[in-house]
Amino acid sequence: MSSSAFPSSQLVAPRSSIRVSPYLNEAWFDLLKMLRLPMYSVASIAFPVMFYVLFGVVFGKQGSGGTDVARYLLATYGAFGVIGASLFGFGVGVAVERGQAWLQVKRASPMPPAAYLVAKLFTCMAFGTVIVLVLMMVGVTAGGVHLSMLQGAALFLVLVFGSIPFCVLGLAIAYFVGPNSAPAIVNLLYLPLSFCSGLWIPVNMMPHFLQRIAPALPPYHLGQLALLVLGYGRGTIVNHVLGLLSWAAIGIGLAWLGFRRDEQKTYG
Amino acid sequence: MSESNNVVASLERVTKKFGNVTALNDVGLAIPQGRVVGLLGPNGAGKTTAVRLMLGMMRPNCGRVTVFGGDPTNAGVRVRIGAMLQVAKVPETLRVREHIQLFSSYYPQPLTCAETIALAGLESVAGRLFGELSGGQKQRVLFALAICGNPDLLVLDEPTVGLDVEGRHALWDRVRDLVSRGKTIILTTHYLEEADALSDRIVVINNGSVIAQGTPGEIKSSIGGKIIRCASALTAEDVKLFPGVLQVRENRGVLNIRASNPDDVVRTLLSRDPGLCGLEVTSTSLDEAFLALTRPQANPVVIKEEVYQ
Repeated sequence: MSSSAFPSSQLVAPRSSIRVSPYLNEAWFDLLKMLRLPMYSVASIAFPVMFYVLFGVVFGKQGSGGTDVARYLLATYGAFGVIGASLFGFGVGVAVERGQAWLQVKRASPMPPAAYLVAKLFTCMAFGTVIVLVLMMVGVTAGGVHLSMLQGAALFLVLVFGSIPFCVLGLAIAYFVGPNSAPAIVNLLYLPLSFCSGLWIPVNMMPHFLQRIAPALPPYHLGQLALLVLGYGRGTIVNHVLGLLSWAAIGIGLAWLGFRRDEQKTYG
Repeated sequence: MSESNNVVASLERVTKKFGNVTALNDVGLAIPQGRVVGLLGPNGAGKTTAVRLMLGMMRPNCGRVTVFGGDPTNAGVRVRIGAMLQVAKVPETLRVREHIQLFSSYYPQPLTCAETIALAGLESVAGRLFGELSGGQKQRVLFALAICGNPDLLVLDEPTVGLDVEGRHALWDRVRDLVSRGKTIILTTHYLEEADALSDRIVVINNGSVIAQGTPGEIKSSIGGKIIRCASALTAEDVKLFPGVLQVRENRGVLNIRASNPDDVVRTLLSRDPGLCGLEVTSTSLDEAFLALTRPQANPVVIKEEVYQ
């Protein structure tokens, strides 16, 4: 034990330099923590891949559309996958750590608050990366999908960075649900929203009233953005980027409200 | 208090409200360097709020919170503080060593991981996942996370909840070890025995106000008197009329009497009830002092034991 390391109680000068180490450690250990949690790591990767194999590859081959189906659904199941990783990573991840007071322990430590959020974002995007890459591999090998290098890269970037608004929405959800109900509530939002946004079945194959509702839903915009990259989709890029940004803004607003509400609750 | 004028942390006329609830009302508090200060009070008294203010987790509505001469929401101040808070669950898929590495990274000059593990007594489980630990081991990990940054001020919020007697005494030893290295410690606890055993100074908080502070001895003597216990046919209602009786509690025929003049009260008791047995006279325990301080009723009072059991 180094007893020389002990007290020195001179006044402290404000420290202005940002230390990188907490950010790197937080990001690495958050990723490690989630990787070891099969409920998250296996489910968030396996579900979109399984759905894509069934509906995009197996069913697709039977219809007349052939590789077109596999190509189209690569974009929408890609969106489905990264949205799931984000909503569960933030929505459930933060709700659990908040509800069980672990977030309080972190906030009592000198951890820079941004490090926590940046780390979670990093974890979600890392899972998003794996999901998109696996889907592309399945699509290209089993589904006979043709992608140019440029299209592949663009689709990858759109999906992985397009997941950020869903991280924000997940964070907002986390501040309004308890740790135990979080998984159920996130599922109740995630699955119907994905369906109604045309991530499972193309939008123009859905009932008319759903087609009209879809543009109001956040997953629709990411799905269409990914489709536009592959030459499908409707609307313009600007349109959908604005759609996603507005939802991100709503998410930030809600998360802030929830955070403030939380602050008012603790006393004793 | 005379032992130290070097104040590490202080609240000056601090008021903190949550909506309509006033958690702290015009509270003044000073934590001297190198001491253990115990914050005592019933649930909802304002202890946790006081602790959170000093940890920079919130700001007061009015008044001033100062830690190491600065604002505890300032990052430069926070790296000198370690905290052990109550937590329902810790992420279970990280290993003990990984948790410590992560928290160490928040501090500019942490202890080495091996030092922290040794100080917290975690050598045998350092490689285990948190989810595989026993309750006592989990509590020691939280302690390790509080000390890993080599902080000058350590805040322990009910640190021994859920520990068995052995675990509690082991943790007390660790706290004393830190004090001998010059650390300052703020401790909140429900175990009054714990505050008595560890604290140099006790601050009793109730309903958002400091109602007493001093050494454990001063707290005990401030309410004065001794405790007389006996089994008697007399009722609490009879005894409370004896001169010098401050408080009477009754539990299944056993009287628990706090009296300013125990000799006279014992004489009266024996003359009024020749069948009296099991007589016992002790100094006021901190528990008794605590109850007397946090109870607003005028003396003498009769309290049914089950009220707080």
